[in-house]
Amino acid sequence: MEKVLTRNIGADKPPTDIAAYEENGGYAGLRKALAEYSPEDCLKLVQDSNLRGRGGAGFPTGMKWSFVPMGDKATPGHKYLIANADEMEPGTFKDRLLLEYDPHQLIEGMILASYTIQADIAYIFLRCEYHVAAERLEQAIADCYAKGYLGDNILGSGYNLELLLHSSAGRYICGEETALISSLEGKRANPRAKPPFPQVSGLWGRPTIVNNVETLCNIPHIIERGVEWYQSLGVGEDAGTKLFGVSGQVNNPGCWELPMGTPIREILEHHAGGMREGYKLKGFLPGGGSTDFLTQDHLDLAMDYNVIGKAGSRMGTGTMIILDDKTCAVAMVKNLIDFFAQESCGFCTPCRDGLPWSSQVLGDILAGRGRQEDMHTLSRQVNFIGAMGNTHCALAPGAMEPLSSAMKYFPEDFRRHIDGESCPMCDGGQSDA
Amino acid sequence: MPKIIIDDIEYEVEAGNNLLEACLGLKLDLPYFCWHPAMGSIGACRQCAVVQYLNDEDTRGRIVMGCMTPVSEGARFSLGGEKASEFRATVIEALMLNHPHDCPVCAEGGECHLQDMTVMSGHRDRTYRGKKNTHRNQYLGPLIHHEMNRCISCYRCTRFYRDYAGGDDLAAMAAHDHVYFGRHEAGVLESEFSGNLVEVCPTGVFTDETLVKDYTRKWDLQSAPSVCTGCAVGCNTMPGERYGRLKRIHNRFNVEVNGYFLCDRGRFGGAFVNSEKRLKFSGLRDTDGRFNAINRDVALETSVAWLAQSRVAGIGSPRASVEANYLLRKLVGEDNFSNGMNDDEAMLVAEISQLMLSGRSPPPSLKKMETADAVLILGEDVTNTAPRLALSLRQAVTHNMAAELGETLGLQDWQDAAIRNLAQNQRKPLYAIAVKDTRLDDIAISTSAMAPDDIARLGFAVAHFIDDSLPPVDKLSDRYSNLAQQIAKDLQQAAAPLVVSGTGSQHVGICQAAALITRALQQTNTGVMLSFCVPECNSLGQALLTGGEGQDLAELTVRAIAGEIDTLIVLENDLFRRAGSGQITQLLASVSKLIVLDCVDTETTSMASLVIPVSSFAETESTYVSSEGRAQRSYPVFEPADDVLADWQWLLALSRKLGKAELALIEHFDDIVDACASEVGALSGIKDAAPGADYRLRGMKIPRQTHRYSGRTAMHAGVQIHEPKQTQDIETPLAYSMEGLNGNEVGALLPYVWAPGWNSNQSLHKFQHGVGGALKGGTAGSRLIIGDGNTLTAESIPGPFHASVGEFLLVPLQRIFGSDELSMLAPAIAELADSPAVFLHPDDAIVMGVHQGDGVVIMVDGKEYHFELGIDDSLAQGCAGFVCGFQDTNNLRPGDSVCLAKAQNWQHKKPQVISTDGGSRHV
Amino acid sequence: MVELISSLSNEELAAIDAELAHVPYKSAAAIDALKIVQSFRGWVSDESLKAIAHYLEMSAAELEGIATFYNLIYRQPVGDKVILFCGSVSCWIKGCDGLRSQITELLGVREGETTADNKYTLLPVTCLGACDKAPVMMVGEDLHEDLDRQKIQKIFASSAGGES
Ligand SMILES: Cc1cc2nc3c(=O)[nH]c(=O)nc-3n(C[C@H](O)[C@H](O)[C@H](O)COP(=O)(O)O)c2cc1C
Ligand code: SF4
Ligand code: FES
Repeated sequence: MEKVLTRNIGADKPPTDIAAYEENGGYAGLRKALAEYSPEDCLKLVQDSNLRGRGGAGFPTGMKWSFVPMGDKATPGHKYLIANADEMEPGTFKDRLLLEYDPHQLIEGMILASYTIQADIAYIFLRCEYHVAAERLEQAIADCYAKGYLGDNILGSGYNLELLLHSSAGRYICGEETALISSLEGKRANPRAKPPFPQVSGLWGRPTIVNNVETLCNIPHIIERGVEWYQSLGVGEDAGTKLFGVSGQVNNPGCWELPMGTPIREILEHHAGGMREGYKLKGFLPGGGSTDFLTQDHLDLAMDYNVIGKAGSRMGTGTMIILDDKTCAVAMVKNLIDFFAQESCGFCTPCRDGLPWSSQVLGDILAGRGRQEDMHTLSRQVNFIGAMGNTHCALAPGAMEPLSSAMKYFPEDFRRHIDGESCPMCDGGQSDA
Repeated sequence: MPKIIIDDIEYEVEAGNNLLEACLGLKLDLPYFCWHPAMGSIGACRQCAVVQYLNDEDTRGRIVMGCMTPVSEGARFSLGGEKASEFRATVIEALMLNHPHDCPVCAEGGECHLQDMTVMSGHRDRTYRGKKNTHRNQYLGPLIHHEMNRCISCYRCTRFYRDYAGGDDLAAMAAHDHVYFGRHEAGVLESEFSGNLVEVCPTGVFTDETLVKDYTRKWDLQSAPSVCTGCAVGCNTMPGERYGRLKRIHNRFNVEVNGYFLCDRGRFGGAFVNSEKRLKFSGLRDTDGRFNAINRDVALETSVAWLAQSRVAGIGSPRASVEANYLLRKLVGEDNFSNGMNDDEAMLVAEISQLMLSGRSPPPSLKKMETADAVLILGEDVTNTAPRLALSLRQAVTHNMAAELGETLGLQDWQDAAIRNLAQNQRKPLYAIAVKDTRLDDIAISTSAMAPDDIARLGFAVAHFIDDSLPPVDKLSDRYSNLAQQIAKDLQQAAAPLVVSGTGSQHVGICQAAALITRALQQTNTGVMLSFCVPECNSLGQALLTGGEGQDLAELTVRAIAGEIDTLIVLENDLFRRAGSGQITQLLASVSKLIVLDCVDTETTSMASLVIPVSSFAETESTYVSSEGRAQRSYPVFEPADDVLADWQWLLALSRKLGKAELALIEHFDDIVDACASEVGALSGIKDAAPGADYRLRGMKIPRQTHRYSGRTAMHAGVQIHEPKQTQDIETPLAYSMEGLNGNEVGALLPYVWAPGWNSNQSLHKFQHGVGGALKGGTAGSRLIIGDGNTLTAESIPGPFHASVGEFLLVPLQRIFGSDELSMLAPAIAELADSPAVFLHPDDAIVMGVHQGDGVVIMVDGKEYHFELGIDDSLAQGCAGFVCGFQDTNNLRPGDSVCLAKAQNWQHKKPQVISTDGGSRHV
Repeated sequence: MVELISSLSNEELAAIDAELAHVPYKSAAAIDALKIVQSFRGWVSDESLKAIAHYLEMSAAELEGIATFYNLIYRQPVGDKVILFCGSVSCWIKGCDGLRSQITELLGVREGETTADNKYTLLPVTCLGACDKAPVMMVGEDLHEDLDRQKIQKIFASSAGGES
């Protein structure tokens, strides 16, 4: 398969600097767009490519961009493009790779995206702990200014763009796009109600697009090589390639660029090298900590947004977390719920108070204090917290996905604890690495 | 009006409303917390959930928040269905996880919105087995009690305090279920509107500290519709009483005036009613100068004797009611009556009332002023002279801007977070021009501190730039000329420009300039507004009563010295606050008998020959005319104790004994209202302020007591086991009883709010049209000033102010806590009043060689007065600002030029005590 | 108030000023300013907080609300190096609980505490985005991957026993 997003990345390759990036065809897409394409042309290309957002929700990128007021419809003032590099979803480690090893790809994607929506200021919102990425991005940005890819009159096109790196101060909720905007404004990162969507009222009340790092990294290639080529990359319904990852008790945990629609079994068995010796697959979260468990029965599904969706889960970030037979599903869910409870911004009730409540029930169950009615309480909480619209943002509904699916697929693990039987997984203690 | 379907019933609702508003407006019970009728929606608590169906086929529907969902034609919802109900019950259950079970000892108990919503949502059985989170509380000053454990994180407190009222020392801290609402460190809340937290907080996190210390449950309070006497804005209040003590003051909704909010002077200042300075018995001074208590009859007879046989003069008061002033004026005769203001103030208020009467439109209500899209404040420190108005001005420039921008994106103005995020720091223009900085500077696009003459000049210049046929201002600096042009431009571009001025700077030219600007604007714009702040709750009523005629204090003094006055009768007025003590002492010494009626002991009562105790606002009927020209009726909340009688009752009794023929037919309060209305044209509208005593709702009087009022017959059993007969109130439509109806009576008569299932103040919507609309019984008060004139001649423009070396221009500074006489008798307010009395600009202080905290001497009429000096770098140079209302500062006369010197041997009077909560701390 | 500003160093002020160039109003640089001061001082004390608030023309309460929201702004003193120990799901599956106990024993501190020699503060952190190398932690700015007992022993060799 052709490597696209990771063509400059490999175990044997050093981080890509501007020379290496250019040498390998970098900024060709930008040159082409500025010379040949109007913003509308670029938008059309992205729309036609069927690129869907890689931040977790899979929203069509071109459509998202099309809501930005353009031309006469735009009121005078700034427009913003933001790269969401806050990667903090449990089990997700794909953007780090792109940020650390090929920062220019992101920057080129950002310039193109900004050009398309005619943004004049762009931000990279980087999670605080990514120090290496910060250094490399800073260098890359400086190099771009020096080379005229950023700043005024980019490559003589008359288009201006300022690009700023903002390093965050923690908190998972900052990854939620409207919370991210609050945070960039220097405020508490409480999400905002939609409508209005950021496309019309975002950063400082101005039109703003927030895209995931990986999403933006696709743009230079789409612009440079066209829609047909891009669509041909996927092997399933969706277009392009995707970074897929696997973590947990597998032989070769890691992250690989594969065609959209690659079957799960192939990712798991071929790329991740199958389960480690002594471990069996019990289930997996297909796309990070806020997706529903799938099981053995789903291994032959293609990693496509709709396919995984139909199976009752979400493709999310495309990074799978494997639940093995030596790990108790209840304990794993408790770990996840604790994470989400801790990371709740504290704005809306179901999340702020509901998640600690779920955690308390799970904790009681794990500690052998569970009661029969606790399963009912947990289902109630799933109903209460688990639907979009019940809460102010998607954090809490996401948190319920592993819980509700664990109750569905691994009732035994719950029952054992509640009935006071010993849990071979919990009592045996966790395996050391 | 769109039609929507709720639980299969079709309703017509207001377009643009959200569903929660619509439901409450239809008087359907939909629980909520974070939404507030004046502050809109943010969707935080998720309590107002309903199910919305996509179309007719949709049977499952999805949960949406009522407060975040605009109503639209044909939309179908389920409020009572299982899915919605179950969700709401779970929200409450989640909110109650950490809520302590301390209702019995909670000051919110019995009027707790959280209690109500818990019951309404049907949550009863607790399944949570975890521990409750706990927090540390903070000391927040003498007004507000903090109990964080009770918090349900609805964010209302910070939304009110910061977003609505502009306070910045209260914030949400931390995250997830550790969210904390408080200050960055313990300390007195700085906002002048902090008291509203008590009503805004849906549970007992922020409660009234003064009530906590002297507690009564809401249902045991006796309440009546009242009007705040703290300033001239005339906010409507509901004081609550028990055991003869005023326990607390709550907001009484008036859509045109205070809406949902009061200022802290109003809310906490009324506690002066319980002050030890209250007078309870008449006192006759003996030859040794001591007062001996005498009974009512003796007091009356003595007064009658003195009044009948001598040349009499009377001094009324702008803090007394229209009725009492009217009676006194009748009693002594127009030519012998002074309205009780000092000469400068009387002239100013008379001028203002003339400017208002001759205006083109009625003076705007607060609500109207909230629609202003450009504001010029000329020479007024509104937060300190008309605090509640400052809150309205804040809404005008912030909310209007946000709402207008939101409209371009199709957002409704209740989408509070969305429109604020959209607007960010953009605001409508507000210019704050005063002698020093003001508490609205944070939202002003331009502020300027200048001497009063210069403020007037700037105003005249603005008028000239609007209409160049008006005279230009000569010798105007470039800076001020540019500023004037910028102001003129912004006012001209506005659809509803507002000019606010008043007596704050005690400068008539400023008021005239303000009026001239509006007149100039009115040539092309009918939406122009002009509002004047006046000092006291009935200042304007006094001006209208006397029409600017009558004696002023100086004239009275001259007459007294000339021996033309034997007996002087003073109504609720501490004359020492009106003019220099020299003049007042001379006046009082020149009359042989001085009768003083007052509710509290003052410097003036201590000079009296006879003191007569009158009711406070909380124990009497009165009409006050607000700065809007709105006549408003205030009712007794409880009966006065001991020998205290209402002022009008004393005066009526006197006139009867004196055989005043003109007043012979007057028996009741309503009769005074009628007589005054028919006699004084400008006051004819006071009759419409509220219905007369014969008003009945379905044949019954309006109860002052809630239907759960407990222990009425046992209340005094510790003193007297005989059950006292319930007093019949023949003067008002209200009863000292729990019997009767508190429903949709005339708005002016609403004594408290309560509705089945709604024990808190949130029950108000049951009394309103829609939600947030006018009371169903109508808006309280009648507007006396129509403003249909349009004449105005250009007045003389003062020359520029030049500071002369060693001399300072005295300029008055007002303090919300400190400048008002009666509220300072409320301990919590007194605690907040600061001590320095005279302020200089730092550069002036350097020249004078004085420092913060030094003593300074000012000579007035050959007498030395000592003051503590404060430094204020915002003050206009060459000016000495003095805080009005403090004892010695009453001797300083605004506009005078004085010499100022450092006082020798000055000692700080007292350390500033900032805390009384379990031991004082000094700063 | 003058003292408040001067309590920020020139370097700090210069760095904050550089951020101010990019924001429409000063308080918008609040998070950056907190991070800048923290980078110089290790944490944000009450005094620093007030000084920053003053410089940014915002209230201390508002800034405190922001500072306490973000978990990587430290409002209490921390050791020379902060250990951010990942406890999220992939690391947990790979046995991070046992390793955490090991650190706790080695350094004599629990999560949230600072060693007596002030070298380390142990803090929990959410998924560090290196799940393929789980278990992981950061010590200072360095990421340590594929942790096991030996690696931990080595990293903290000099601090074993909680004293040095
Ligand atoms: C709680 C929460 C955390 C999120 N964190 C991230 C994140 O770290 N990175 C990211 O790209 N998107 C994250 N998202 C999704 C973003 O809100 C947003 O949808 C995404 O950045 C849009 O980019 P895309 O359209 O390119 O996918 C998060 C969403 C939620 C609800
Ligand atoms: S679901 Fe609510 S509390 Fe949770 S992060 Fe989103 S807005 Fe905050
Ligand atoms: S009132 Fe609607 S969410 Fe709080």
